Amino acid sequence: MRSLLKSRIFWIMVASAVVAALLPAWLSPYMLGVLTSAYYFGVFAMSWDLLFGFAGEVNFGPTFLIGLGAYSAAILNNEFHAPILLCLLAAAATALVGGVLLAVPALRLRGPYFGLVTLVAVLLLQNAIVIFAHFTGGEIGMTVFSVLSIDATINYYYALGFLLVCATLLTLLANSALGLILQASGQDALEASVLGFNVTKHKIAAFCVSAILSGLAGAMLIFYMGAASVGTVIDISIGVQVIIATILGGRRTIIGAAFGAVVLIVATEFLRPLGQLNTFVVSAVALAVILLLPDGVLGVALRTGERQ
Amino acid sequence: MVALQILTDGFAISSLYALGAVGFTLIFGVSGVLNLSHGSIMVVAALIGWYAAGDVGLGTYLGSLVGVTAAVVTAYLTYFVVVRPIQRSRTISHEETEIFVLTGTLLWGIMIQVGMAYLFSDNPVTMRPLIAGVTDVFNVRTPTNEILVAAMCWLVIGLLWLFVNRTDAGKAMQAASINPRGLTLLGYNLSHIYWLVWGIYGVLAGIAGVLLASFLGTGTNNAGQLTASAFSIVVLGGLGSVSGSLVAAYLVGYLETATAYLIAPTLRPIPALILLVIVVYARPQGLLGRR
Repeated sequence: MRSLLKSRIFWIMVASAVVAALLPAWLSPYMLGVLTSAYYFGVFAMSWDLLFGFAGEVNFGPTFLIGLGAYSAAILNNEFHAPILLCLLAAAATALVGGVLLAVPALRLRGPYFGLVTLVAVLLLQNAIVIFAHFTGGEIGMTVFSVLSIDATINYYYALGFLLVCATLLTLLANSALGLILQASGQDALEASVLGFNVTKHKIAAFCVSAILSGLAGAMLIFYMGAASVGTVIDISIGVQVIIATILGGRRTIIGAAFGAVVLIVATEFLRPLGQLNTFVVSAVALAVILLLPDGVLGVALRTGERQ
Repeated sequence: MVALQILTDGFAISSLYALGAVGFTLIFGVSGVLNLSHGSIMVVAALIGWYAAGDVGLGTYLGSLVGVTAAVVTAYLTYFVVVRPIQRSRTISHEETEIFVLTGTLLWGIMIQVGMAYLFSDNPVTMRPLIAGVTDVFNVRTPTNEILVAAMCWLVIGLLWLFVNRTDAGKAMQAASINPRGLTLLGYNLSHIYWLVWGIYGVLAGIAGVLLASFLGTGTNNAGQLTASAFSIVVLGGLGSVSGSLVAAYLVGYLETATAYLIAPTLRPIPALILLVIVVYARPQGLLGRR
């Protein structure tokens, strides 16, 4: 049964990867641009799912990790003209430190308390960026010195490649012993530790993986866009979008989160004529999914197969 | 002189924080719900009250009443459309209910916020003061309205205290927060108590919203900030502890006012946030919380 489930996810991934790789042949550079940011968003959502769906931690501040990565890369690139690769490494390292900082309270606090700490972390980061406006550009944001590429197709493949690597990595991780122990400790930490698993170690590992990938994705996103700003990588509304994407696609499925992100970003693009009501419609759909299909779209599809 | 200014100015804002947080902590204590659409409900009261008072022409007092009614209606909608279906859902496992209520009310709050911005635009609105004029308090010239706002907050909190401790319905509510099953065994209908508590919550959030609109002015863009400060104050004081929330409200209110006066207005929220993180790390149950 498990191997079937595994292979089902595997085949969905292969099929969508092939379709995605062929898309540049048909789509306009504009649509490719939309999908490029959607793919980075997919990585945000997948790394959030590792914490929420598996480790059972309500992290209201995915943008704390994303923003740390994005801004450390941007500052390094701007102040010292460091090459992109070095900036990405620095982004991963900074986000990793942030992840450990978040993991410490997560081990001590229950759901809502931890949720609040993560929310406060985002607010503090946002305030810090405004206070050190000299380095960070404050509320206006900053442009970066280098960009990944100026060609829409190349940027698209960078994003797609990154998404696929992260999806494979996280899916393997989720189906490994680590993923199962994480699920167990997320649902009942006491029982998991009574069974002899080291809950602390596994949760910290989950935070580290999630942080590194979020930070990297944040840095890649700003090197794609050529600018970093509070509104694109830190604002709480971005974090809320990551959460909506994961729940839409289906929590505890990893790639469901990526699908949710792509659907969300593309839908937002198509709903643009609605103007202000755009966000209203997206939130209403997400709320309806929570109420009617709490397992998310992909979650329902996978779990129906499981029962047969 | 500055100290006196901080003392009077901080008192009004702290009282308002206290009123906002009391409703939030009440709903958590009795039904275990952390309502992240709290700020949006306050903004509904402020905007509809402002609209009824000005554009419809009902005047400040009747308009405020309409605003509070709107908040009560929104509170009931929150309960019946979002919270109760999640609590009763069969597909959501019991351990995950809390997370789903948090996410569901968050989305609901965003819907209210965006919907109100669509109807009334996202410009902040200010209601006409309930009383005009200026009074000297310790030689600090204070708008009379500011004193009235603080007094109203305390009046409402006092009435709530009387209701919870001196009436049968209030005592049943207290019992529901301690042991819901025991209360059902005694023949009380829990759903009646939830009706009651969400109604009271709507009144509290509504009054806080209307007073906020007449004291500082507010708009849809403040909804998230209002939820965050109520949540912080309640956690700082201890989830479910009303007296803890009151203490925390004054702590946060004065800390923010002092920062704004003495250091810089731009740094206003930061010391309170840092204090919150420290308290949550060192004493997760909050200042006066029970475990």
